[in-house]
Amino acid sequence: MTSALKQALLAGAVCVAALATASRADTDFSRIQRGKYLVDAGDCKDCHTADNGKPFAGGRPLQTPFGVVYSANITPDRTTGIGAWSGDQFYRALHEGIDAGGHRLYPAFPYPYYTHVTRRDVDDIHAYLQSIAPVSNRPPRNKLPFPLDERTVMHVWNWMYFKDGAFKPDPKKSQQWNRGAYLVEGLGHCGACHTPKNFAGADENGSALQGGNLQNWFAPDLGPDLRAGLGHWSAEDVVEYLKTGRNKYSNATGPMSEVVQYSTSQLTDGDLHAIATYLKDLPKRSQGGGNSGNNTKPSVDTNVANAGKAIFGDQCAECHGADGAGEPIFFPPLKGNNNVQQADPTTVIRVILEGARSVPTKARPTPLSMPAFGWKLTDAQIAAVATYVRSAWGNAAPPVTAGQVAPVREDVGTSSD
Amino acid sequence: MARKLPPTDVVLVGFGWTAAILGQELTDAGLQVLALERGGWRDTPTDFAPTFIQDELRYYFRRKLFVEPARETLTFRNAMNETALPMRELGSFLPATGVGGAGVHWNGQTWRFLPTDFVARSHNIQRYGKLPDDNMTVQDWGVTYDELEPHYDKFEYLCGISGKAGNLKGQMRPGGNPFEGPRSRDYPNPPLNMTYAPTLFAKAAQELGHKPFPCPAANMSRPYTNPLGVQLGQCTYCGFCEKYACGNYSKSSAQTTILPVLMRKDNFTLKTQCEVLKVLLDGTGKKATGVLYIDEQGQEWEQPAEIVILCAFAFNNVHLMLLSGIGKPYDPKANSGVVGRNYAYQIVSSVNVFYDDKYTNTFVGAGALGMGIDDFNGDNFDHGGLGFIGGGYLACWTTNGRPIETHPTPKGTPRWGGKWKKAVADNYLKQTAISTHGAVMSFRDNYLDLDPTYRDIYGNPMLRLTFDYKDNEHKMSDYLTAKAAEIAKAMKPREIKVNRRTGHYSIVPYQTTHNTGGAAMGADPKTSAVNRYLQSWDVPNVFVMGSSVFPQNPGYNPTGTIGALTYWAADAIRNQYLKNPGPLVQA
Repeated sequence: MTSALKQALLAGAVCVAALATASRADTDFSRIQRGKYLVDAGDCKDCHTADNGKPFAGGRPLQTPFGVVYSANITPDRTTGIGAWSGDQFYRALHEGIDAGGHRLYPAFPYPYYTHVTRRDVDDIHAYLQSIAPVSNRPPRNKLPFPLDERTVMHVWNWMYFKDGAFKPDPKKSQQWNRGAYLVEGLGHCGACHTPKNFAGADENGSALQGGNLQNWFAPDLGPDLRAGLGHWSAEDVVEYLKTGRNKYSNATGPMSEVVQYSTSQLTDGDLHAIATYLKDLPKRSQGGGNSGNNTKPSVDTNVANAGKAIFGDQCAECHGADGAGEPIFFPPLKGNNNVQQADPTTVIRVILEGARSVPTKARPTPLSMPAFGWKLTDAQIAAVATYVRSAWGNAAPPVTAGQVAPVREDVGTSSD
Repeated sequence: MARKLPPTDVVLVGFGWTAAILGQELTDAGLQVLALERGGWRDTPTDFAPTFIQDELRYYFRRKLFVEPARETLTFRNAMNETALPMRELGSFLPATGVGGAGVHWNGQTWRFLPTDFVARSHNIQRYGKLPDDNMTVQDWGVTYDELEPHYDKFEYLCGISGKAGNLKGQMRPGGNPFEGPRSRDYPNPPLNMTYAPTLFAKAAQELGHKPFPCPAANMSRPYTNPLGVQLGQCTYCGFCEKYACGNYSKSSAQTTILPVLMRKDNFTLKTQCEVLKVLLDGTGKKATGVLYIDEQGQEWEQPAEIVILCAFAFNNVHLMLLSGIGKPYDPKANSGVVGRNYAYQIVSSVNVFYDDKYTNTFVGAGALGMGIDDFNGDNFDHGGLGFIGGGYLACWTTNGRPIETHPTPKGTPRWGGKWKKAVADNYLKQTAISTHGAVMSFRDNYLDLDPTYRDIYGNPMLRLTFDYKDNEHKMSDYLTAKAAEIAKAMKPREIKVNRRTGHYSIVPYQTTHNTGGAAMGADPKTSAVNRYLQSWDVPNVFVMGSSVFPQNPGYNPTGTIGALTYWAADAIRNQYLKNPGPLVQA
């Protein structure tokens, strides 16, 4: 254990003492309510609920580059869940990635982000989780190769990549900004998807929120880049997207639809504005770092672009418009679309292959969906149309090759006849 | 042996337009609602995607979206002295099965009936002295246009109807339908972009002194978010509406207007592949205790419920009432009973218009894209000396140019071979048609009852349809067809082809899926099966929705009025029945 951790623990203990007075003033009910809200903010239900499983009973497989990790049962069942955990044990899991039995957790459980969460918030989350119905469910064993199946290797990983410590506000920034930073960097764990990872699956240094590839989705750059990032989105656009699942630029789909469904659509407008304020203030990326600066127009083979244009006219223009303008809030515009212009074309390939479903929310209940094209377009055709949409109407992103389509097709399991 | 399930507040039989509306309204009132649908779940992206929905062979000619006659059909005859035979293939009409019902594969022509349509009997007698045929059983509806107006409005805003008001709170508006009843506000969306052929029709009609207007359409002229927050996309004019589902969320249906909200509710449950065989009554026969249904595995279930609402297709509602003993079956000889009485349909004809020099490109189409005139509908014109009552609208639609189905050829063209091919090629892009959409009155010997010979797959007697066109309908349709031919000539084409509706009604060629009546609504329990709130006179916790309650069929497509009546009934259930369950009208 590093001395920094000891210091942090000490700071945490002081913090707990300071908060104890406040906690006592809260009723159990209001703590549980608050905990429920924080559980939503942390999107816990998303990973800790299996398909057709009971909420929070775990067992959802998470595909990591290293193997399959199954989420834990976090209902208060005493044998298969966390019913026997003390508040300190629960805090340690979130803060240090160590479970009640002293085992090290894999960072598929995003403790490198949750470590920033305050003790009071963690305690309230614990109070809420203790209040839900216990479910007896023992998730399957993880499928990880040696030596990663030995949890002790996480000791090394943590030593190399993990910095623990509660969130420290930046006094130079506004309260709103700091609240946003706390949510984005802590409970929200946005970087778990949106920050590129190194070979060990840890966040790349200096590339926070510049876009990351996981489970064959490319989570886009959230920085100020005008093409790939959120440079052209206003703070209001960010709020609308997180609250309703869509805005005039984009409809949430794929893994983000779950984030919106379970987490961001449940948050208060105040917290969403805080998140937007923080995201809109992310630093410009350094040249060449992260997800590429594609401000110079990449050269595109005219024949490929023409083939792509013809396919687009036949298959896509019906909804997205021949001019790529789409029907904002209904069918997303492709002109200026940041998902379309990521240097890594995984998402655009995947959406063409298997279609996409806009997340339904209370505000926007219609799951407007794009059909799959994997069954009717070949890899070369998909590459051509992806190349076209990435270079038409002022868009600029590198061309896509059939060779880039094939592995994504294999992974999502669609074949063309 | 049926297994008994825990009770629910409301059970909806069938899950199309009317059930979706009721599901939404009654769950809003806090009731626990269960819908039982005999077909499967169907939704836009999974079942109607634009990557495969525009497939004539699969969807129309191979009947993908319709009910299979091998599973559910009826027997038919033209007259009481004939023996009815089972309809073994679909033809004249195309009922559906599956979530959304026939509202999935409709065109989207969404009309309001005329104020006089609701008082057809008293109005015609008052103006013309008597009805033209002693066997006519035309009736007043027991509800007025003014009472339905807010409910028409609600349905039109749910659907996002594209159109132009002609009568806004009594003020006439140029360019709209001057004959319509007063509406409280304009349509939620402007008319669709008009294609060429309907503008030629409108010009000719205007020159002849008629009053053309863009027909009201459930095809979106622009992206629309309805009052429930559900989103419909802009129509792409692909011309695959009727007989098809819409892949672009552009045609109103239960799926595109209600289900995204309703399916999320905790107090709503849908069970598909569950066919209701009977409404169960208690010992008195005056109260329904629930329904008996059969699931996909053949298991029978008893579902107790406080309220049973029949939301199936017109034929099925009447069939269920007859099989369950709700209301007295109609006997045309004795002229007694009500269930099965006043079946009606639609009488349609057309005039083809062929040009040499004008490209009409009718493949650019939408289900309700067209210009119409209402000058000869209902009682908008003097019927004095004509020998008939009722009428219909005339319209020039560009609903489609689907090549297998739609390739009109001039008179004298052979049915096949080189000359036929040449005629198709010469005319496909340069033709249009004017259709007439005529009312059908009700008559003593047009009716529904249980067939004495044929039984369905469950061993129950099939429904028997006895129906023919009468002189009133033929005279009326000929009158409309002549008016259409007049306009067609004024469109200055190379030639026209007049397609009158002659002779007996045939169940074979496709005409419309506007089957009405059999459970007529009205003010008198001797001549109606349900009261003005669509509540059974005999079993007050049973309500009956849809066109089966029409006492006769006016000269419009029925869906707008079906939607309005459903909201009207839902309002009565919420605001009157729930406070004091029992008959809402004392017999």
